[in-house]
Amino acid sequence: MSTALINLAYLLASVLFILGLKGLAHPRTAVRGNLISALGMLIAVVVTLLDKSIVDYTVILAGLVVGGAIGAVAAVRVPMTAMPEMVALFNGFGGGASTLVAGAALVEAISMSAAVTTDFTVATVFSGLVGSVTFWGSLVAFAKLQGILSGNPILFPGQHALNAVLLISSLAVGGYIVSDPSQTMAYWVLVAIASVLGVLITIPIGGADMPVVISLLNSYSGIAAASTGFVLNNNMLIIAGSLVGASGLILTNIMCKAMNRSLANVLFGGVGGEAAAAGAPSADSVYAGKVKATSAEEVAMLLENARRVIIVPGYGMAVSQAQHQVRQLADLLEARGAEVLYGIHPVAGRMPGHMNVLLAEAKVPYEKLLDMDQVNPLFKETDVAIVIGANDVVNPVARTDPNSPIAGMPILDVDQARTVVIIKRSLSPGFAGIPNPLFAADNALMYFSDGKKALNELIAAVKEL
Amino acid sequence: MEGLVISVTIFVLAIFVGFEVITKVPPTLHTPLMSGSNAISGITLVGALLSAGAQHTTLTTALGFTAVVFATINVVGGYMVTHRMLEMFRKK
Repeated sequence: MSTALINLAYLLASVLFILGLKGLAHPRTAVRGNLISALGMLIAVVVTLLDKSIVDYTVILAGLVVGGAIGAVAAVRVPMTAMPEMVALFNGFGGGASTLVAGAALVEAISMSAAVTTDFTVATVFSGLVGSVTFWGSLVAFAKLQGILSGNPILFPGQHALNAVLLISSLAVGGYIVSDPSQTMAYWVLVAIASVLGVLITIPIGGADMPVVISLLNSYSGIAAASTGFVLNNNMLIIAGSLVGASGLILTNIMCKAMNRSLANVLFGGVGGEAAAAGAPSADSVYAGKVKATSAEEVAMLLENARRVIIVPGYGMAVSQAQHQVRQLADLLEARGAEVLYGIHPVAGRMPGHMNVLLAEAKVPYEKLLDMDQVNPLFKETDVAIVIGANDVVNPVARTDPNSPIAGMPILDVDQARTVVIIKRSLSPGFAGIPNPLFAADNALMYFSDGKKALNELIAAVKEL
Repeated sequence: MEGLVISVTIFVLAIFVGFEVITKVPPTLHTPLMSGSNAISGITLVGALLSAGAQHTTLTTALGFTAVVFATINVVGGYMVTHRMLEMFRKK
């Protein structure tokens, strides 16, 4: 195949990627969009395999078989609740692949004693740096989500200074590679430093900030692919990588806005765990004598005459895997004539859209999944709001106390519903480490239980009405 | 240098296209968007295939092989899991 034909095929693949992403604009067209994007990838791979520089296919075949098998098994077996872990890991593989490809390209160019340009070496250094940070950062994010590492921020004195030193030394090594590309060993030194950096910049980020980190790593994996495109002089890689980079950045921005925090604060603030609670009113002063515990029977009676019920899921629903019970309860209520809707906060869960996927798994129609702007005006005319395992995203302090750590964060206004039922195991604070006055509000009832257990009890109680 | 300028032009334009297309994705599909774009970032597979198949040195072949494995996991796993999720969103 001539170079022109190959490049035209690559252009076709790029167009298919764009059309595929365009398909994601609506659930109806999304399945087709994904298939179109996959077709683009297939074309790209097949055309590449026809390249005349390939002299042997055994290694390629082995790699495709091994990688394909791992990917396919993972894709089929992963439970929907573990989707953040899976995406985190896959981001890492993308970054890792870019690092290796750029490294191989450098070694190859030097061993063939080809004249390497500055463009080439700068792009190689950039690929190695971003790719390694993505790989190790993603592995840490994965370990935190899996509970292998603590979900709390891991902080130590001098952390920022050490990170700065690592970044500067990696740039220095990068500069050395650009000035003398023949020392390919320096590339692996760069990769090693960037790897440590990737670990260190991710460990201080707490569990509930994971949606931001995963989005950002998603963006990095795209940027790494794009810079590998600069290394290989391949426009398709540049286009595909930039699309992913843009996508990750948009999601990162949405997540930050939904927490009313800057990206810098998320990355360097180390928010969460014990440290954040300073200055907030004590839990005792907020809760003492005002919290009302409730039972399945009492909630069922409330639901008996409810015309509109809004369910607000949080990470607790994912942990107890209660999405199917949520759907069952909703079905029962709808059969009794109630309208059941779902209010989804952008940062509920551990990745963008986490709650939506879980509820879709339980076959909740997507029209009923409302985002914050759609659902907030409805709470005033809602009989019962049921909060399942969410805390900070429904904390009215965000609206009222300008000194609170979550001040200004957009929240779901569940407190405006006639009655709020909060299913939660205890009064323990959420990620922000502050008490939630909602739990002590006059119209609030606490249902102290695991999400799934509580919903099963509620389903039984509603059936008996 | 001229080649670089063309590449940078494509890069910048592609980012604009990305922003335009992706801001239209509704929040409900943000997880499939991530896994699907993840699969696209596996496009590095193209470079990996060339390194693995060209057999310049043992080192480049080994690097190429590992990169093919990583990128293929990304591509195959990414598209399949996205498909699995999107099927759930499809109206019954």
